[in-house]
Amino acid sequence: MGLTCESVGVNILKEKFNLQCNNELVIALAGNPNVGKSTVFNALTGLKQHTGNWPGKTVANARGCYIYKDRRFVLMDLPGTYSLLAHSVEEQVARDFICFARPHVTIVVTDATCLERNLNLVLQVMELTDNVVVCVNLMDEAKRKGISININALEKELGVPVVATVARKGQGLEELMKRVYNVATRIEKMKAKKIIYSEEVEKVVAKLVPRIDRILKGKMDPRWVALRLIDGDDSILDSIKEYIYDGKSSSGKSEVKNKNEWYGEV
Amino acid sequence: MGLETKYNKDEILLSNAPIGSRLQVVRLVSKGLVRRRMMDLGLVPNTLIEVMRKSPLGDPTLYNIKGALIALREEESKLIVVREIM
Amino acid sequence: MNGMEKFNQLKSISYDIKISGYRRLQDSIVKDINTNAETIAKRVVKDKRSTKLNFDKKIDDLLTSKLFGFPIMIMLLSVVFWITIAGANYPSSILAKVFLWFEGKLTQVFMMVGTPEWLHGALVLGMYRTLAWVVSVMLPPMAIFFPLFTLLEDLGYLPRVAFNLDKLFKKAGAHGKQALTMCMGFGCNAAGVTACRIIESPRERLIATLTNNFVPCNGRFPTLIALASIFVGGAVTSQYSSIVASLFVTLLVVLSIVITLVVSWFLTKTLLRGVPSSFALELPPYRKPQIGRIIYTSLIDRAIFVLGRAVAVAAPAGLIIWLLANITIGNMSMLNHAAAFLNPLGKAIGLDGFILMAFVLGLPANEIVIPILIMSYMSTGAMLELESLTEMKQLFVENGWTWLTALNVILFSLFHYPCGTTLWTIRKECRSIKWTILSALIPTAVGIIVCLIVAQGARLLGLV
Repeated sequence: MGLTCESVGVNILKEKFNLQCNNELVIALAGNPNVGKSTVFNALTGLKQHTGNWPGKTVANARGCYIYKDRRFVLMDLPGTYSLLAHSVEEQVARDFICFARPHVTIVVTDATCLERNLNLVLQVMELTDNVVVCVNLMDEAKRKGISININALEKELGVPVVATVARKGQGLEELMKRVYNVATRIEKMKAKKIIYSEEVEKVVAKLVPRIDRILKGKMDPRWVALRLIDGDDSILDSIKEYIYDGKSSSGKSEVKNKNEWYGEV
Repeated sequence: MGLETKYNKDEILLSNAPIGSRLQVVRLVSKGLVRRRMMDLGLVPNTLIEVMRKSPLGDPTLYNIKGALIALREEESKLIVVREIM
Repeated sequence: MNGMEKFNQLKSISYDIKISGYRRLQDSIVKDINTNAETIAKRVVKDKRSTKLNFDKKIDDLLTSKLFGFPIMIMLLSVVFWITIAGANYPSSILAKVFLWFEGKLTQVFMMVGTPEWLHGALVLGMYRTLAWVVSVMLPPMAIFFPLFTLLEDLGYLPRVAFNLDKLFKKAGAHGKQALTMCMGFGCNAAGVTACRIIESPRERLIATLTNNFVPCNGRFPTLIALASIFVGGAVTSQYSSIVASLFVTLLVVLSIVITLVVSWFLTKTLLRGVPSSFALELPPYRKPQIGRIIYTSLIDRAIFVLGRAVAVAAPAGLIIWLLANITIGNMSMLNHAAAFLNPLGKAIGLDGFILMAFVLGLPANEIVIPILIMSYMSTGAMLELESLTEMKQLFVENGWTWLTALNVILFSLFHYPCGTTLWTIRKECRSIKWTILSALIPTAVGIIVCLIVAQGARLLGLV
């Protein structure tokens, strides 16, 4: 499939290279659709990007900045997705940014009123990186519905900072910025809990890891790559080719070609 | 696709479940990308589903899947085998 | 070992996995992630949700009810239009008065410094008047309509509309989310086209892109509202006029949705054959709208943007029209030559040459079609001060308009090629000249056919 059309993938990398030169800290903002991700983005950056209440509204990706403790943070708003398993273009864009642009911190915004379904994404992001801060948003609505969440317990379960927020009232954002700062500057060293798979999966993974590691030589987490390959996700191969093995010469052209085929075949 | 094979007595297709019923996913009949999308929505074995309502025109139907309201067309909901729970 | 070799090695591992049948573990992986999430959630979440009906469910019972779902949609739409039409009248006339007063001052200044007649004509009677018209007629309805629309959007009503209408879209072979992109089109077709990205299947995304323009955008609403107010609302006693006009605009919107469905259906049977792909639409919980944010975004982001674009395009257009009207070839102005050329086609579909030319020149932005038309008429006929909609009606009637002309202008405004910005967006989104051209041809063909039937039908029946 490749990165199609206006997906930010290519831009991200351009930006990545620009950003890495500066003294800025790059923060990715991930989350399920409709959890108030854009509201958190606006609240942090002071931007007034419009946030309607319908799924998939963030079709163009936003980028904004904020300053905390004299450090400049660049915030990338990733498309809202349920997972990172790359079943759609949005998921692939989000995954590739976290995986290859390697932001200093990834904030995963979750909806306190249905935390369980949101934890899927949190766990998947934590498979990719230890530098995660979980933002449990919409705490007021959860309270109204009679749902309470033990933030400290969640932090222990996940092994990464967890912050409760009510983004549209600005509650918890100071704490969120503080924890993001701590993780980005390694004041807080986190060890994200990894997903435990069933015995059969783990056995196959164990077999594949040394083989993959010999090829990738620490450029990527071999366990994660093994899981993706078992998962049958070949888009990860394309992405590895493009981002790690400098396959950009082909990808730029094939992108356009793909798109035409895409429409040609209909 | 062999939809009619291997049913247990208490198993039905989600598309046939009455409004208001509470169900548990037994398995997905779908394949490929549709199957993966469904799983992303949280439709994996043992997930609890509540049938909320039908659209005014009779289709799609709205389900409560793990706290989110998700509308599925009949074409999709008949690919999900569920068991009614009391 | 170079990159390509490494990549090929990874590829062969993937192949081995497939051969060894490990792919059967796919489901297990997703299931395990879910189980992990469930376990954690059980430990940290306490759900003391009361068993009594919650608030959202009660609202959904009403808004998506079999009995009330559709009537409520129609009613909400009419109410929004009614508030817009009724509320915009007064501020519009005040704005017009202010602009008129300022025009007098401007003319005085021009006379004082001894500007030649033609320059005054071009700048004041051409540019300034058009600008004044655009601002005083468009700003008030936009300032009312945009926040109301944004309010519906923020509350989470749009996905409910998609839920209600989905079966119709399914029957048309289109994706359920097309209803969402269509709703965005009411704001701006270019935004609607961009929103089509949320549809994953290329076939259905293309259908949504090609048909987005069938719903009127905010650039066209002022035209529809103004013409409906004077030709439909004006036909009844004044106390009911705004209600009748808003019901008429609602009817137009329903018509545009019907045409959207018909054309989508037609496309699935011809150019874009196929069956609908899987559909899952999430209905977000109702949220308390952020009034401050709504007013800010709808006024600054949308109203000022749309108005700014109109002004930016209308000002030079005003100048061009004035020049066309005042440069003569033979014994006729260039404007008249062009209009005379377009007149036969215009007449056939119930319009006239000037109206068609206004649509042609209005390609950059739909909001300037009426201003261009006014300028064209004024430069050929009597110069009159356009203080209110009544004078506008008078001008049109003097130029041979009947209710049928107004109706056909409304219909053609609904169904014609997208504006320049939208076309450019379509080109960018689908990266195909062919589909971009079709996206202009299809609605134009529909418009010509509809207008032809209406115009000839009315004439045959002797209604005019």
